[in-house]
Amino acid sequence: MHAVYIAPATTHILIKKRTADISRTAAQHWIEPHAHGIYVKPADMWIDPSRPAERALVTHGHADHARSGHGAVWATPETLAIMALRYGTEMGTPVHYGEGFEHGGVKISFHPAGHVLGSAQILLEHAGERVVVTGDYKRRFDPTCTPFEPVACDALITEATFGLPVFTHPPIEDEIAKLLSAREANVDGCIIVGAYALGKAQRVIAELRRAGYDAPIYIHGAMQKMCELYAAHNVPLGELIMATGLAKAELKGAIVIAPPSAMNDRWAQRLPEPITAMASGWMRVRQRARQRNVELPLVISDHADWNELTDTLLELRPSETWITHGRTDALGRWCELHQLKARALDLVGREDEDEG
Amino acid sequence: MQAFAALIDGLIYTRSRDLKIRLIADYLRITPDPDRGWALAALAGTLNIATVKSAAIRAMAEERFDPMLFRMSRDYVGDTAETVALMWPDNSGGDAAPTVSEVIDLLNSTSRARAPVVLAELMDRLDANGRYALLKLATGGMRVGISARLAKTAFGQAFGVSVDDVEEVWHALRPPYTELFAWGEGRTERPDPADSAFFRPFMLAHPLEDGSVHLDEFVAEWKWDGIRIQIASTGGETRLFSRGGDEVTGAFPEIAAAFNNIGVVDGELLVRGDVQGGEAASFNALQQRLGRKNVTAAMQAEYPVFVRLYDILFDGAEDLRGQPWTARRDRLELFTANLDPVRFDLSAVIEARDFEHLAEIRAAAREAAIEGVMLKRRDSPYLAGRKVGLWYKWKREPLVADCVMMYAQRGSGKRSSYYSDYTFGCWTEDGNLLPVGKAYSGFSDDELKWLDRFVRNNTVARFGPVREVEKSLVLEVAFDAVHESKRHKSGVAMRFPRISRLRMDKPAEEADTISALRAMFD
Ligand SMILES: [Zn+2]
Ligand SMILES: [Zn+2]
Repeated sequence: MHAVYIAPATTHILIKKRTADISRTAAQHWIEPHAHGIYVKPADMWIDPSRPAERALVTHGHADHARSGHGAVWATPETLAIMALRYGTEMGTPVHYGEGFEHGGVKISFHPAGHVLGSAQILLEHAGERVVVTGDYKRRFDPTCTPFEPVACDALITEATFGLPVFTHPPIEDEIAKLLSAREANVDGCIIVGAYALGKAQRVIAELRRAGYDAPIYIHGAMQKMCELYAAHNVPLGELIMATGLAKAELKGAIVIAPPSAMNDRWAQRLPEPITAMASGWMRVRQRARQRNVELPLVISDHADWNELTDTLLELRPSETWITHGRTDALGRWCELHQLKARALDLVGREDEDEG
Repeated sequence: MQAFAALIDGLIYTRSRDLKIRLIADYLRITPDPDRGWALAALAGTLNIATVKSAAIRAMAEERFDPMLFRMSRDYVGDTAETVALMWPDNSGGDAAPTVSEVIDLLNSTSRARAPVVLAELMDRLDANGRYALLKLATGGMRVGISARLAKTAFGQAFGVSVDDVEEVWHALRPPYTELFAWGEGRTERPDPADSAFFRPFMLAHPLEDGSVHLDEFVAEWKWDGIRIQIASTGGETRLFSRGGDEVTGAFPEIAAAFNNIGVVDGELLVRGDVQGGEAASFNALQQRLGRKNVTAAMQAEYPVFVRLYDILFDGAEDLRGQPWTARRDRLELFTANLDPVRFDLSAVIEARDFEHLAEIRAAAREAAIEGVMLKRRDSPYLAGRKVGLWYKWKREPLVADCVMMYAQRGSGKRSSYYSDYTFGCWTEDGNLLPVGKAYSGFSDDELKWLDRFVRNNTVARFGPVREVEKSLVLEVAFDAVHESKRHKSGVAMRFPRISRLRMDKPAEEADTISALRAMFD
């Protein structure tokens, strides 16, 4: 998830500077980008605010988008369940995909983003304008969540986590095949796969099942609750066993899924001759994999790659694009080359990459 | 090509030396000739495709990609070939991937002008990993952490022959080394090494941590800050080898030409410069030459190189490695007397009464070319590698100054998401900060994260990739020397600056002045 690097005050100044450079458009009269989120003025609501807000619209459950401590929250039922699991008993108003409500003269509806379970794009309609906030999204098949639906709009507020032309995610089937053949070649040891606890882990497990792997899959304790939540939302993950406390012999030939943070700690040292794999879009670049001591890079991402980002823009052809985070410079440049009006927001230095 | 690409990626992601050797050995055993020989040449650095230079790859990219998007991608990835391989569209659509030898034949038989077209056609027949391997193969820079020595070791392991035997015949053979494989597989006799000069592993030193040694048992020599080198001559030919056993004769042909004795010696390659009054000059000048396959006469004139000899391994055909250092030293002095004094001299023994006296001499040494002191057991034989208790290196302590961070820039490669290159300055008499150096090392990963956040939180202006920061953070900078520089506004330049500590406790006004740096001039 993305950590906040820039103190809000500093970022604020930078955003002001940028805003001055470009001509104001209609949407800017009622939607304001701030360092700590997107503010919908007539509704007095924040989208994915990074500080507690009176009213928050939350796109999905990753911690850099869904924070605790808001007054009222609107999100999909799955996202609310994830927030409840992470932050305790928080209340919120569930909004189903395709459904919406009106607040302060703004019509607000939620649409699938295909990123993780419950992830949504948010469509805002006001003053005859349609604005879509994608949150994080992808357009690949994912057995663990509802596929992305393109939503026609005047302005698109998009992410650009993998917004560089070097990022093309290969078919996931190839990456899963790599993982399975590495397991077969190392039956005396095990393979530890670093995968984010929310979304990536369940997707890797579900894809292993889809590839016909029906042996138990071992998981780190930090993932158990989230996997149970997925299963309860009709995402079957097969037999999962907690790896903690098992003897080395029991883990021979196993696939063990763990959060990236557990990969290099003492927990991993108890595994029998582990091969270190990592499921992340960043694995596309060799130095990135080497930097994390990864021996088996698996290019599996829950974000849109360069082609998905640019194809989506060509498909929707919004009259204006705002780029919230990631490689805002490169995607902005591409827009310029394709005569699409774009603007980089660089919301709160969301540059950490674990989520990739 | 796919098998070769898989080998390259395997080597990139494998850290253990033994596993790397195993990967190469497996590849060499199962891959047919001549593919495996070309691959071995590529790993050992003996493959040279004259028609493709790295500029051609950049040109190919600039022709196809938007230059700005390419530059952003290149900055992120940190490697031009990889960037091009990743950005290249997947066109392979079922076309058969070329074999390694097909690639070599096609590139060798084309012209430099047509090479980019041939290369592009090959790119279209490969996937991203194949494209990466192709570009690395074509430009000769594999960068997979494999030295020539390691490649030869892998060959030895693949076929159960000794690496010394491989070394001995290696220079008599040319890529794709079919005779070598024939011998390895026991199909023919060992190829005739003819009159070939080959590499013997260096003897290396352990750092002398806090201890001391007795000078009755140990002799002290200066440790020179150049490039450790081995010269092997059979009379028929003379070759130069770097510390890893890689041949560097082409970079220093005047040394090979001047060596008119038969034997194998160990020394330090240095540059004679005016800066030190005709004595050994800085490492930077040598860096200009190292890594080149050949050098121009102008470069030879600009940086006159010589070798300061430390040891002798062979005198003629006589192997001296088993003899004690004292006996070898006598032989080395006799051997050196017959060499051209312009190109070769002896590394002097330091005369010190005792260890404390030696420490004083060491502390007083300010000459740039001195990196520290070597301590060698007088009775030690010359043994390959790092053996406990025989040789120690005792490095000179660095100079330090407190400087203020002024600008920061993103690193490249694995550091491209961090602001990891820092420009720092010291105060003038009238209270202005002027840059005195740039450093991108010396800090821990945690410190890097902290510094990165500091930069982001304290940016006052941006110029392209550079951020100017609030002049508030004091960095303690360590460096080997500082000297006059006309290129810097401050008039001073540091040698090998690195961040030694973050001085969050120190106010910026209390950082050092430029005149304090001037007082540290050599
Ligand atoms: Zn997310
Ligand atoms: Zn995110």
